[in-house]
Amino acid sequence: MTVLRLGASRAVLELREYFREGLQVVFTFALPFLLLLLFTTVFGQGFEGGSAGAAAYYVPTLTAMGLMAVSFQNLGTAIAAERGDGTLRRLRGLPLPAAAYFTGKAGMVLVLAVLQAALLVGTGAAAFGMDLPSDPRRWLDLAWILLLGTTACTLLGIAVSSAARTARAAQAVVALPFLLLQFASGVFVPVQALPPWLLNVGAAFPLRWMAQGLRSVFLPESAAAAEAGGSWQLGTVALVLAAWCAGGLVLCLLTFRWKSTTQG
Amino acid sequence: MTETEGTEGPVIDVRGLRKAYGGAPAVDGVDLGVERGRITALLGPNGAGKSTTVEILEGFRTPDAGHVRVLGADPSRAGRAWRARIGIVWQEPVEPSPLPVRDLLRHFAGYFPDPLHPDEALELVGLADRARSGARALSGGQRRRLDVAVGLIGRPELLFLDEPTTGFDPASRRRFWAMVRSLAGGGTTVLLTTHYLEEAEALADEVVVLRSGTVAARGDAATLGGRRTARATVSWTEDGAARRVPTDEPTRTVAELAARFGGEVPGLSVHRPTLEEVYLSLIGEESGEHGEAAE
Repeated sequence: MTVLRLGASRAVLELREYFREGLQVVFTFALPFLLLLLFTTVFGQGFEGGSAGAAAYYVPTLTAMGLMAVSFQNLGTAIAAERGDGTLRRLRGLPLPAAAYFTGKAGMVLVLAVLQAALLVGTGAAAFGMDLPSDPRRWLDLAWILLLGTTACTLLGIAVSSAARTARAAQAVVALPFLLLQFASGVFVPVQALPPWLLNVGAAFPLRWMAQGLRSVFLPESAAAAEAGGSWQLGTVALVLAAWCAGGLVLCLLTFRWKSTTQG
Repeated sequence: MTETEGTEGPVIDVRGLRKAYGGAPAVDGVDLGVERGRITALLGPNGAGKSTTVEILEGFRTPDAGHVRVLGADPSRAGRAWRARIGIVWQEPVEPSPLPVRDLLRHFAGYFPDPLHPDEALELVGLADRARSGARALSGGQRRRLDVAVGLIGRPELLFLDEPTTGFDPASRRRFWAMVRSLAGGGTTVLLTTHYLEEAEALADEVVVLRSGTVAARGDAATLGGRRTARATVSWTEDGAARRVPTDEPTRTVAELAARFGGEVPGLSVHRPTLEEVYLSLIGEESGEHGEAAE
């Protein structure tokens, strides 16, 4: 009970601080949003159904990217900064259970993830006339892919925060692999256009599977043939994401530190 | 482990504390006893073992050897209930939150079973008029006072202050000292580390000087290192020249001078070693200004 109460209190505090930090909001929310406007407008004519069809492709793809931004990128840099300036060490000196700290982070990410998905899906529907799925099962798919994918990326974000020795280095350690992974996962270039070796690299990580799973929610059944595997492979999506949740948890337990190496 | 067993007896009870890093001893046999409501200052040059000692008492490091009890519990194994009874004011500043000061304190108050009201804590540190300000908008000294308010929010029985007034102007420092004294008057035990000798002198019931991981001297600031009985220096001006005489009987010297001058002695002063001079000689540095240099 204490863990839940304090975790909720931390989530509220972290969300309030997050939205007062303009720059973080720009990085995690504005980028996928602007890319959605740009891609749908520029490439709209090349899609069946025009910009509505383009939105049905780019909304789920960029939602996957946006979910990874609010979890992996956000936590990877924020926790590294908290470790670097001694915030984590101070929290250890307060009667706050470690579980409440992580519950707070998870709660914050979950709220941001839902906002991110709502923003992109809402924009796709309102601005580009993208069809929203009418089958409740598809909404259910959206929910579990969002939950499982965000959890995996949250754990990886917590783990990667320990990889950098300084908060400044964390920006690079997080941003560079994230950018490369977006290419390899078909965020900027559709998966059909990727060479097989790059496709295989992307297939080893959660982002590609999150994007593919989310596309199954918004694209018509016929579009499944254009996926790398020729179908939506929702079973594989669930398996890969669950495996990364388990792997991410192990990585966190092995690597998490409350203080930086310079703090003795 | 019973975490309430410490309500009687010393708040801090340390005997034979040892801790080495890579074979090099940082703390090499320190004893420390602090009673409830007392202010104890830890002094010593960098590397003397102050930080290691304090971090062991705070439960952030495990000692290699020695008996350590803080509020009746072993800090390295104590849990949340024990944490709720101590307060820590850290030395290094952190990036302040953009949120209002009162909201932050209300949040931290939620960690404790019986916290101060946020406004009470702000009143104590003299920040009541900044309750609605963002922590980021505070001046350096005000941020430091916010750190102290966070340290106090849980009504700690034991408060660790690590160089709390670094960067304060003299008036704020005096206000801060008055606040610490009133806390101690209310029964809070304070362990202070500081580089300011006058801070130790103004606040501490007991001063403990560490050197190379051992206790070089301990006592109240007035008598530390034999200060009260140390040789005094009487100085005056005679025939346009400064004169000074080290003596064990300054009163007699002054009386003789008064008789010789037949009244007022020009430029008369009687100097006993300051805490700083005693401290510097204890840690093996010469002050070069007074005392032995005059001989």
